[in-house]
Amino acid sequence: MNSQRIGRCLLRGSKEGMPASVIRRGTKGRWMGGYHSPMGPSQKPGAAGVRFPGAVNSKFTSSLSFEHPSTYTTIPTYRTMSPEGEILDPSVVLPSDDAALEMYLNMIKVSIMDVIMVEAQRQGRISFYMPSQGEEGICVGSAAALEKDDVIFSQYREAGVFMQRGYTLEDFMNQLFANRKDKGRGRNMPVHYGSKELKIHSISSPLATQIPHASGAAYALKMQRLSNSSLPPRVVACYFGEGAASEGDFHAALNIASTRSCPVIFICRNNGYAISTPTLEQYRGDGIASRGTGYGIDTIRVDGNDIWAVLEVTRKARELALKDGGRPVLVEAMSYRISHHSTSDDSFAYRARVEVEDWKRRDNPIIRLRKYLERKGVWDEAKEIEVRTNIKKEVLKALSEAEKEKKPPIKSMFEDVYKEMTPELRDQMEELKRVIEEYPEEYDVAEFEGGSASLN
Amino acid sequence: MRIPSRLSTSLAKAIKPSGTTHNIRFLKKYSTHPPQARLNKKIDYGSTAMLCHSTSSALQNPELPPEIQNGTTARMNLFQSINDALSLALSIDETTLVFGEDVGFGGVFRCTGGLAEQYGSERVFNTPLCEQGIIGFAIGAAAEGMKAVAEIQFADYVYPAFDQLVNEAAKWRYRDGDHGRGLGGLTVRMPCGAVGHGALYHSQSPESLFTHIPGLRVIMPRSPIQAKGLLLSAIQSPDPCIFMEPKALYRAAVEQVPIDAYTLPLSIAEVVKPGKDLTLISYGHPMYTCSAAIEAAERDLGVSIELIDLRTVYPWDKETVLKSARKTGRCIVVHESMINAGIGAEVAAVIQGDKETFLRMEAPVTRVAGWSIHMPLMFEKFNVPDVARVYDAIKKSIQY
Repeated sequence: MNSQRIGRCLLRGSKEGMPASVIRRGTKGRWMGGYHSPMGPSQKPGAAGVRFPGAVNSKFTSSLSFEHPSTYTTIPTYRTMSPEGEILDPSVVLPSDDAALEMYLNMIKVSIMDVIMVEAQRQGRISFYMPSQGEEGICVGSAAALEKDDVIFSQYREAGVFMQRGYTLEDFMNQLFANRKDKGRGRNMPVHYGSKELKIHSISSPLATQIPHASGAAYALKMQRLSNSSLPPRVVACYFGEGAASEGDFHAALNIASTRSCPVIFICRNNGYAISTPTLEQYRGDGIASRGTGYGIDTIRVDGNDIWAVLEVTRKARELALKDGGRPVLVEAMSYRISHHSTSDDSFAYRARVEVEDWKRRDNPIIRLRKYLERKGVWDEAKEIEVRTNIKKEVLKALSEAEKEKKPPIKSMFEDVYKEMTPELRDQMEELKRVIEEYPEEYDVAEFEGGSASLN
Repeated sequence: MRIPSRLSTSLAKAIKPSGTTHNIRFLKKYSTHPPQARLNKKIDYGSTAMLCHSTSSALQNPELPPEIQNGTTARMNLFQSINDALSLALSIDETTLVFGEDVGFGGVFRCTGGLAEQYGSERVFNTPLCEQGIIGFAIGAAAEGMKAVAEIQFADYVYPAFDQLVNEAAKWRYRDGDHGRGLGGLTVRMPCGAVGHGALYHSQSPESLFTHIPGLRVIMPRSPIQAKGLLLSAIQSPDPCIFMEPKALYRAAVEQVPIDAYTLPLSIAEVVKPGKDLTLISYGHPMYTCSAAIEAAERDLGVSIELIDLRTVYPWDKETVLKSARKTGRCIVVHESMINAGIGAEVAAVIQGDKETFLRMEAPVTRVAGWSIHMPLMFEKFNVPDVARVYDAIKKSIQY
């Protein structure tokens, strides 16, 4: 962008009717509103520190040395609970047993739905699916720490967030089958969930685009509370993977959230892979967390397989995000993507089966929480078997019901492009109807609600 | 909508005394007109029929509501009318935010002058220098109910935000389905068009790239009155709007503008001048070129030419254009951006594709537009459609 900036400056100085002096006059003496002054006080002779406006607290040094990442210790990973379910941080605020059990069930529900829907995709019953095996703890744990009015933006591997917030199995299935009950009206690929009631914005496929949205939405929440103090304090939570964090939008979002003091929690799911690309080919710094402080953002790394650590960190991040008028917080939650990237991916083409099996058995958020619950004496093998059987039945029932539903009316393909349908789209809709009716053998419209008559 | 009159000090401050010192010799190099020219003369903005030079002509506009027609006007140039519209939007609705690069001190084109002082730095502010961030941020704010008026400093720099506009802003309502969450609060302003010496990256008019995106409304005003009314409409529109401001008109186009808030309809073209032998279709800055060419052609060739301003280039007003084409049988589309896959291509295709209109056409639809090149610094005057090229197209079409 450097040349662009230079170009602008040149043009400013020479544009007809816009001499540079005119522009400068605006700033002289009074900088607008609550901005910090762009200029520090003038340099004092013999000062130990530099007063360059770009880094006002920097001290002079006469020893030439480059900052090297290896001189910084790797950011530690916060954990509250050992893989055996023992509590390691005695100060952690643990939820009630009922709440803990609810979270456990939500994790199991997601994992059972994952297995069944991957199978359903293999059978050709849905077109696509993305499981989240290994990351249930990050999603359920963080969502449990949010208030119901907090706004959520997600990437696509956050079924646990939806589950914890109250998205029902019917909601999941209607979206996956793109039937007439799908609130998305059958337009988006499977797993692109959304819910106005649950304050989760609809998922889109382009990676990282939601991260600056979260900054802007957080600014909106902050402004709304500024003008109406009876509103509850709210934050935005934004989920993304470590691969998405390489996109320009990640940079854009963190920087603008920081400069505008937006109450947003950025939650990175670092699961080691972006499809086939391992983190070694994604970045060379200390993960995603090390970038946070560079933007002036409070940052923490947490063990994503430890649901209580995620819960505690998100709770504290939320408090921090609302402090002093608002600020962003970055949470990097470490985990391992046990499942394939999606149903279009065979991950054994780029990683060893044994590595996956190891993570599956050795360290897994569901098993860890189960051990904790068993230690507390509120869970056992019999309950586990019963619950798993019931959930499986519930999922299959929701699946078969969603599968039986008709598809949305064909008309819905032309609606919602604009708030009101344009004359152009009305003409195109009529044209499609004419073609369908002139060539009835060429189109199967029976499975769509209302058939071609919906195109009126 | 009744808004208290508030032509504030901010506006008065923004008005610069005429005759500020420029390096005239420097400017001359780029924008002189041949001394013998009969057609390619400098546009006289002080007398052109495209602008309302008197209060009465400004208030006669039948599109204005009665209370505006009975109100008063003030002389404004284009940047002042935009400043006025933004100020009104900020005063009407406290959810309105105005932001972008260098917006806080008034903007590099002075469009946001005085707004931060008047409405506070929480509502009118600078962003980091990052277009994808500006638009992504604006989308998020609009998604949570704010009216986000984002500025891209030059249309030439909108491309880093293209993904956000195409994949996110345009598709938001569609993919949200029955949840019904749209991005009506989103308006993206950007200065566009040639300016005499802007070269490759301070001259572009990328409107046709946006007209290929369902879900966006793409608007380009030709005058201060339009800029104010269309910008206020864009901000209120339930759809995300791209508002492109011909930067060459910021100071050049001055007219009497109603001082209260008013809106002008989106996706409705305006028949600026009726005629019966040929239809000229344009929008934005070339409207002045067209007007001058019409004056010469009507005088020389004894023809009567209808001039249509599209105003909104997508979704555009086909009905008005087709009705005119059926009447005159001859059409020319004029725009500054390059000819290939430009607005003219779409307009021409629709004219020939309409069964009824096709049969009435007496001549091929002609496009007068920028060549299919990048805007070269020293050759701008050979690239931007001028009066001679429009005049020539009229002559050729009439003689066909």
